[in-house]
Amino acid sequence: MVFFFQNMINALQWGSFYALIALGYSMVYSILMLFNFAHGDIFMVGAYIGFGVSTGILALTAGGAIALPNWLILVLTILFSMVLTSFVGMLVERIGYRPLRDAPRASAAITGLMIGIILETGNLALLGARRVSFPSLIQTATYNFGGVYVTNKKIMIVVVSLVLMLALDQFIRRTKWGMAIRAMAFDYLAVPLMGVSINTIARMTFAIGSALAAVAGILFGTAYPVLDPYMGVLFGWKAFVAAILGGRGSIMGACLAGFLLGFIEIFVAMIFPSTLRDLIAYSIIMLILTFRPHGFFGEPYSARLRL
Amino acid sequence: MEKKKFKMKRTNASQAPVPVRRKGLMRRWFSGIPLLGWFSGILVAVLLEHFLGDALTEVLGLPKIPVLFGFVTMLKKPALMPGSLVFIVLVYLIPVAVTARLGASAANAVAARLIRRSVGLSAGIHLLLLYACLHIWADVSAYRVLTLKLTLIAVMLTLSLNVINGYMGEFSCSHPGFMAVGAYVCSVFTVGLFVNDRIFGQALLPPFLAPYFFPVALILGGSAAAAAALFVAIPSFRTRGDYLAIISLAFMFIVKSVIENLEIIGGPRGLGSQPDLAGLPAVFVWTVLCVWIINNFVRSTLGKALNAVRDDELAAEAMTVNTRRTKMTAFLFAAFWAGVAGGLFAHVLRYVNPGTFGIQRLAEVLAMVYFGGLNSVYGSILGAVGLNLLGEALRPLELFKWILIPLLLILVMIFRPKGLIAFKEFDPKRVLMPRFRSE
Repeated sequence: MVFFFQNMINALQWGSFYALIALGYSMVYSILMLFNFAHGDIFMVGAYIGFGVSTGILALTAGGAIALPNWLILVLTILFSMVLTSFVGMLVERIGYRPLRDAPRASAAITGLMIGIILETGNLALLGARRVSFPSLIQTATYNFGGVYVTNKKIMIVVVSLVLMLALDQFIRRTKWGMAIRAMAFDYLAVPLMGVSINTIARMTFAIGSALAAVAGILFGTAYPVLDPYMGVLFGWKAFVAAILGGRGSIMGACLAGFLLGFIEIFVAMIFPSTLRDLIAYSIIMLILTFRPHGFFGEPYSARLRL
Repeated sequence: MEKKKFKMKRTNASQAPVPVRRKGLMRRWFSGIPLLGWFSGILVAVLLEHFLGDALTEVLGLPKIPVLFGFVTMLKKPALMPGSLVFIVLVYLIPVAVTARLGASAANAVAARLIRRSVGLSAGIHLLLLYACLHIWADVSAYRVLTLKLTLIAVMLTLSLNVINGYMGEFSCSHPGFMAVGAYVCSVFTVGLFVNDRIFGQALLPPFLAPYFFPVALILGGSAAAAAALFVAIPSFRTRGDYLAIISLAFMFIVKSVIENLEIIGGPRGLGSQPDLAGLPAVFVWTVLCVWIINNFVRSTLGKALNAVRDDELAAEAMTVNTRRTKMTAFLFAAFWAGVAGGLFAHVLRYVNPGTFGIQRLAEVLAMVYFGGLNSVYGSILGAVGLNLLGEALRPLELFKWILIPLLLILVMIFRPKGLIAFKEFDPKRVLMPRFRSE
């Protein structure tokens, strides 16, 4: 039982990365019916921006210009990186997706993939082929709950991501902007006629998704402090799978599927040899999709294919 | 939609006479040359390079014959740029242009006689000429041979993916998986039969039989890939679009993971020591077969059914198209050719490992399909050859190659969202016809 709970904690932590990234995919998909395949690399860019911001603030503190406690630095890092990364997301939308809104959907997928490659290579060209280590801003403290060891970082990661998911859910449900997003997801041809600009809404969803990815990147950096330019690829594809598994444009679905993916991966690695992780995880996903082809919360519909 | 209507109205309202456009000098100069003429021009150029290339490089002060039309040399050592340019003009441009222009009337006469005799004969002679050109061109260095082989294999892959993604309009991500299945099954067959290997034991058959069994191995690999495609084809009855994309993606990861976990075929270390069977002739013949069969397939009734399923599945069903059978055929057919391409790939490199068939390969193949053009054989050939040669030519730029090529692809997608040559039918008869000079 102790063993189970220990892995449960790890799975929650791992799943919150997937869920945060999957939200970005899911939101863009619900509005534009397109997948932002550059999203995994935006996660990577977010982590690197977080690295840059935090080392910058740390250098200022060390120089004596300002005096800040470490937790405040972390909060500032998260906020700054969210803003900066959302600009990256808007740029991606402007360059890769707006010109292709009426093109075949696969073309937009290709531009997304290519923007991802450019982001990876640009990072390699700027910083060189070395891994950078994320500065550790909070001291690791371990608590023992009846044999289950929990670090404060894990608690922080799970809590922060749950809070963000709740906040996003409330934003979508309660605010005027959220209503515009929901309306656009319902019918993106009629809503612009009602005076809601599709460009603004699309830009906003890209910005929100990228900000969430940046948070995921920074949280990943605090838990596993080694960053490399290709870290976004695998996370991106898995989060994409989670977004689909959750159902079309469903926030709840994306979160749940993200956590589910985390659980599957951690528990498979626990029971079987870890080389079988991908095999079993993807087989389960294939099975789920065979019996529930539209995901957890997606309504059955025929994809509006525009090819 | 509205834009189009508006335009039509305007053209109807003002019946402006269309000004007669004079064709450009180049256009006039090079019209009326049949394919046969171009091929003979290329043959002359290639022969020139083969026999006089070394002497010319010494005169021009180049270290060796520019391997890939001078791109690599020029990017590596800009000082050699004038020499390389002169070499290209003297050896390639002038001989091709002159031979093609001067021999045009003779080539037209020959092409007309050949096509009157039989289309098959004409096609055979064209292919022989093409093969001669490629062989003599590639003979100069081993690097050219390898690039050429990989390019031809890329043509097969791109074309077979185009059957699913272009003609049938699904977004399938499983092609690297099919390729991996083909590569491994084919390799296990040849390694097991003809190589003394520490896993598969002694060779069962003498090695001189190997070339005869190679087609069997390839067909076996292709069939295995087609059988594996059932895992993607059967779910495709129920879902379309994005969910099928996920299923095919999952399939790709599963194949990779299975191979990584099978220690008997090398696991993550890969499988090596395949016999050296995939020479240039073999790869060329298989590529031609692939292009020919796929082109016939997509122009047949069954192939037109693919387009019907893509455009409107319900309407197609109502018009007596058996959608299940169509989807099944398309997936199995495409997977078969991907498997054959994988088998050739394994025997060209004589080593495979599961890491080769991952996300990166997928991005590469998808990029080639969408760059070249959906729903067209020309497009696939152009996409595969173009991106492959571009990748090789820009190699000296190292890292920046991976910024330039994606940038180019983004531009192509923005300005031609369906690819460079999309929705164009490839009719061999029209390609082989004699051309008449237009004024």
